[in-house]
This record gives sequence, structure tokens and C-alpha cells, in this order.
Amino acid sequence: MNQILKMEEISKSFPGVQALNKVDFELYEGEVMGLVGENGAGKSTLMKILSGAYQKDAGRIFLDGRKIEIESPYHAQKLGISTIYQEFNLTPNQTVAQNIFCAREPIKKSILGNLGFVDKELMEKEAQKLLGMVEADISPKEMIRDLSIAEKQMVEIAKALAFKAKIIIMDEPTSALGLEEVEKLFEIINQLRTQGIAIIFVSHRLEEVFRIADRITILRDGKLVGVMRKEEANIEKVIYLMVNRPLSEMFQKEEVKTEEAILEVKNLYKKGVIKNTSFKLYKGEILGVAGLVGAGRTEMVRLIFGADKKDKGEIYLEGKKVEINTPADAVKLGIGLVPEDRQGEGLILKLAVRENIGICILRNLVNTLFVNKNKLSEIAQNFIQRLNIRTPSIFQKVLYLSGGNQQKVVLSKWLALNPKILILDEPTRGIDVSAKAEIHTIMNQLAKSGIGIIMISSEMPEILAMSDRVLVMNEGKLVAEISKKDATQEKIMAYASGYIN
Amino acid sequence: MKNKTSTKNFGQFLKFQKFQEIGILIVLIILVLFLSITTSTFLTSTNIFNILRAFSWNAISAFGITMVIITGGIDLSVGSVMALSGLISAMMLRANFGDFLSILGGLFIGALVGFINGFLVGKTNLPPFVATLGTMNIARGFCYGLTGGWPVRDLPKSFIFWGQYDIPFLGLKIPLPVVVMAVLCILTSLFLNRTVWGYRIYAVGGNEQAASLSGINTKRTKILVYTLCGFLTAIGGILMTARLGVAAPTAASGYELDIIAAAVIGGTSLTGGEGTILGALIGAVIMQVLRTGMVLLGFPAYWQPAATGIIIIAAVIFDQYRKRKMGLVQ
Repeated sequence: MNQILKMEEISKSFPGVQALNKVDFELYEGEVMGLVGENGAGKSTLMKILSGAYQKDAGRIFLDGRKIEIESPYHAQKLGISTIYQEFNLTPNQTVAQNIFCAREPIKKSILGNLGFVDKELMEKEAQKLLGMVEADISPKEMIRDLSIAEKQMVEIAKALAFKAKIIIMDEPTSALGLEEVEKLFEIINQLRTQGIAIIFVSHRLEEVFRIADRITILRDGKLVGVMRKEEANIEKVIYLMVNRPLSEMFQKEEVKTEEAILEVKNLYKKGVIKNTSFKLYKGEILGVAGLVGAGRTEMVRLIFGADKKDKGEIYLEGKKVEINTPADAVKLGIGLVPEDRQGEGLILKLAVRENIGICILRNLVNTLFVNKNKLSEIAQNFIQRLNIRTPSIFQKVLYLSGGNQQKVVLSKWLALNPKILILDEPTRGIDVSAKAEIHTIMNQLAKSGIGIIMISSEMPEILAMSDRVLVMNEGKLVAEISKKDATQEKIMAYASGYIN
Repeated sequence: MKNKTSTKNFGQFLKFQKFQEIGILIVLIILVLFLSITTSTFLTSTNIFNILRAFSWNAISAFGITMVIITGGIDLSVGSVMALSGLISAMMLRANFGDFLSILGGLFIGALVGFINGFLVGKTNLPPFVATLGTMNIARGFCYGLTGGWPVRDLPKSFIFWGQYDIPFLGLKIPLPVVVMAVLCILTSLFLNRTVWGYRIYAVGGNEQAASLSGINTKRTKILVYTLCGFLTAIGGILMTARLGVAAPTAASGYELDIIAAAVIGGTSLTGGEGTILGALIGAVIMQVLRTGMVLLGFPAYWQPAATGIIIIAAVIFDQYRKRKMGLVQ
């Protein structure tokens, strides 16, 4: 195999941080390279340099043996380096074909072409061809906003192929995909591999990296700490290199025996979204909710929380029937929701850590007229210590914290309320290994203190390790309730994908 | 120990909050220094109080619009509301309702238009630009319709007192509208920084989704800020009418843009979530100093709007540059 890319001694610093320190990175034709490291290890910085979003401070980059300077993201694409970001670069108000050929639309052959008229037919035909290469069942005429996340990803891959990409960087490509869609993505990756395209697979999900990658590059604190072939590697070794300490296997929740139902949902229903759903949540329990993306898990908890309007259904809190029509009602009753989209729905990024933590309890902190800022600071300070939130101060804007610390702020916000029930939607998505373990520890402590926790997760190991019981959803319906001792990956998958009913 | 942490907290507070206004304060100081040196008339107490009086009603409205903009909204109706509330007060005065009721009537109309804005934005989900563009024209239409286009004159002395009386203080004569403005500046600042409602206003503007999912009633918050904006603008409108001694249906035309400019110069972000009352105040002062300054300098009258525009843009660019430098924004 030919070497396609070589990056030598790449360094990059930002005010106060050495993000990359003389990192080497190489890539061969038709290879899948896993790139792993904790948040802040320098993965994204390295990839942003390769994709032209950042300029390196020092170092050399060779593409096909030729020394190059990557000037801009567009330049990188023209060189054959395409990046598929977690938040896609697609315009939702345009069609698939328009997106694939964005800014490079084929123009009409006639005089009209000189006037800038687009050859729509040709464009859609070409787009169809590219979509066929990734076996995507999407019409080029469809609007991006009507596509699922997995479909958008396929459009991005097709777009990369349109640029005749030699290298495709995938940044956390599976984080928003369901199990079935991950399989489909892996098929596509395998196919791209046979075409000689090299893929850089950046991910926190080590199981997946081990499945798909040929080699793995590990970064820590801006330095290269290991490159190994998959055969030489194992998960323990990689984790050891990533965090520089051995990590005992996935956190296991301590079992809490309790018979007392804290929440009961009866016949929850919303037309076209959730079909008659009933279940109970016990005190001190972590109830895992598994299912494919689009199975209606997020939708279900939003109905319970009052974020969306339910058509039918009753909710009982500690045996008493309650009316929850708005999130404000739920908050008053002591129910908290840690949403899937941390930055978009969980936090107010422009505000400080202190204000974010205090947002649900402001009313309790009023001295006659004004909010008692000292008390608020005290509470925030307390949570920073309790949950080990790494921030220079309580006045830091949440925007500047890492993903794991942001999630801890969201958790603090709800814990300040002393909730009876916490709903966690993908609580550790995109969070690095050690912060993840910390969050799992916190969840365990909370459950022990008697809080009922509903945890939606697409990560099978997390579901298996953390749940006392597992609910499985498929197409808006609860299809199974599995106890901890009976739960296996195969069983949950089978229910989730609708093989058993 | 307690004292030590509180001074440390205070230091951090200064670092993260107060210094936001320093950039535009520098712009203002440079302007003032420049005008003091180049003209002999600028730095006289008469001139300074003229400046202060002339901008006080705009500043009061700017306090309101700052809160609206912090929630991510905009209010284009403020100019019309200023005119309408002054006009209603004036008409009621002429109909012998008495000072108290007439002023109350004007304030009520302002708050009502604000409430309608808030209702349209909060409940019917109209974009704020569209909703307030509509009410801007409706309010102005009422001004013309109610008066047939004629100004309302001959207002009672006791009413005009509010706009024209100067309070003697340590040998200075401080115009009453300026005192009203200063009081409102302190009150709205406290409201925005210290009360639960203020916190919610920032939260809604910072991330409406997250605010809603945290249990904040975002609709109610929006109705509140628009109503307050209408109310404050009405205070401004009534003070303006009292100062001029006449309520013209064409009054305050185009003021909405000056008022928005004051808030924006003051560091309020049009995308929501950021802004301060103190900033709006300084922004309003800058606008007025510019206007007066150009007159004193004998700058050609027809070119003044162009110069004002250039200085607004330069001031905001400078402020953003400084914030980036300090790492306040990315």
C-alpha cells in the first residue's frame, strides 16, 4: 500500500495551551485509521489543521509525497481531503443535489450556461450516481431538512466523493446514529476502503474503533503517545495510553432493592409519535431506555416532562396523579431533564457557570426583592467541588468548558433543585472516558440517595452496566422490559430492531 | 476569611462583568476630550445639561429596548409609542382629566402597545421584527388619526414642569428629565441584574430552548420585556412632550433607530443574551454627544447623518475588537 499522507512534527498553540506538540501522523491508501484521545488531547486540532480550518504553527505536511500547505477548508477539499463534521455542513433549505454540488454546480452547455444557469438534470443525475456509490436510498431532489441524521451523513459522504476525496475525516460519525445505522455506516466505510480511500475515524467509542479501524493513533495532552495495528492493540492498552492510568472496566451500578414506585406512566400517547406506553420507575432505580435512533425515546421523555404536548396519558408521582403540561410544571414537581442536545437545550452558553447552575432555583434564592448572589455563588461553588467541575471560576462562561464539564453543569442545575426524578437523555454522548466514569459515579450516588433515574442511551455497554432494568423501544412503542440479569446486547438489539415482538 | 473571599469574588466580578462597558466608555471619553479641546463651548455646564436633557428620553427608551434585545427580540415601535403616549397625555390634559390621570393614561397606552408586542411575539410566534413593524405603523396611524395631523398645543404649566424644570443642586441646575432618567437607570439595572426576572431575561435570550426546559415560562418573560419597554418608552415620550410643550403626531419619527443604535453601541448583542443598562446609557450619551459636537464644530448639517453612521460603526468595531482581545467573546 502507498503512503498517501504524512504529517511531521505538527505543532499548534492557542493562548495558554499547547494544543499539539510535534505530532506525527501518517495514513496509507485504503486504510481506516482510528484516532482516539480524551477531550482536549488534540484530536480535533490535528484534524482541523488537516482540513484547513486551522493553520499549523510548525511542521510539514506531505500529500502523495509532495509537500503542501493547506490554506483553507475549500483548498483541503480540492486537494482531496474532505471532512464530515458532527454538525453537518449542509443547508437544510436546499435539495440533496444542491448540497452535493454546492458552489460547483454544473452549468448548462448552451449560452445560458455562460449566464450562470445550472444544468439541474445533469446535477441530479450525477448526484444520483454518487449516492448510489454509498448505496443510499435518497432522491437527489429531496430537501435536506426532511432527511434523518444517518441520511444527512450519507449525503456528506457523497459530497466528499464528488470532490474525488482521497482522505475522508469522520468526526464522531456514530454519535448520533442508532445501532442499525452504525452497521450501515461501517458497510459504507468498508466499501470506500476497497476504492482506496483512506478514512480517519475519530471517536470516543472504543468498541467501534476496534471494529472498524486497521490502525489506531492515540493522542494525549497534545502529544502522540502511540500508533498501533489493531492486532497489537487491546482496549485496556489503548485506555491506559489515553488517560495514562489503568481504568477498571466499565462502571457497574450497585444494585438498589426497592419496591416503591416513584413515577408511574399510564397509557402515554401522542399521535404518530408514541403509542400507548405504560411503565413504572422505582425509587433508587436507574431505568435504561434502549432503542434505535427514531424509536421515540427522546419524544417519550419530552412528553413526560411537558416539553411537548401529549394527546393522552396519566402520570402518577409517588402514587398521586399529577398534571404536567409545561416544563415549568415538571420542575415544580421535582423532575429534571438532562437533554440530549447539551449545548442547544441544556445550557445557556453565554452565561456563567454560576447562573447556569442556579437557573432552576432562582425563586428560592430571593431576599425580599433581589436574588441573593452570595448564596447563589455558594451553591455553585459547592457543586463545582462536589462534581469536580473543572473551571477557572464560577464566573466562567459555560461556552469555554469541555463537554464533560458542561454536562456536569447541567447535572448540577438539576441537583440544586433536589429532584425526585432525573431524566437523562444520552448523558455521556461525546464525553471522554474519564469524565464519563465520573458521571457514572455521580449517577450511582444519586440513585443511592433515592432519586429515580430514567437513562436513555444508544451505547450498549452503558445500558448494560448502568441499568437496573432496561426498557426497549421500537417505532414509538415499548416492546420489552428486561431485568438486569437477563439483559444482553443480543437480546436488546433483537427487540430494538423489531426482530422479536 | 469571609471578607477575603468576597473581595476575591468582587475582583472576579469586575473582571467578568463590569469591564464590558470599558470599551465604549473609552470611545466616549475620547469624544469628550476631543470636543473639549477643539471647542470652547462644549465643556460648559449649560451645554452638558442640554446634552443630558436632550438624550434622556431616548436613553429611557433604550433601557427598555436593551431588555427586549437581550431576549433576542427587537422593538421597532418605540418611536411611534413615544409620540402616541405623549399625544394621549396631551389630549387628556386638554380634555381636563388633570395631570395625574393624563400621565397615567399616556403610560397605560405605552404599556398596552408593549403588551400587544409581547403577546404577538410570545403567543403567536410572530418574528419580533414583523410584529413591531406592524405596531409601529398602527401606533403612528393612531397619532395621525386622533389629531387629524394637527399638533396638540397649550399644555398646562404644571405638566410642562416635568420637562422644563431644573433642580438647583450645588449651584448647578439639573434638568428634571435627567433625574428621572438616572433613577430609572438604577431601577432597571437592579431589575435586570438582581431579580429573578432579570436572570430569566438573560436566560431566554441566551438559549430559549434550554430556558424553557429549565422550567422558565419563556412566553411570559417575553410579554414582560415588551410591556416594560413600552412603559419605559411612554415615560420618555411624556417627558419629551413636556419638554417641547407640544404633542405633534410626527414627533419622535425615526427615533427607534437611534434608540436601537444606543443599545447596540452599548454592547447589547442583537443575537440576544448579552447587554447592560449602563451600556445603553453610555450608548445614548455617545449618540447625543456626537450630534451636539458636530453642531458646535460647525460640521455641515447635511453631512452629519453620514458622519454619525461612520462613528457608530467604528465604535462597535472597536468594542468588539477589544472584547475579542480580552477573550470576552470568541
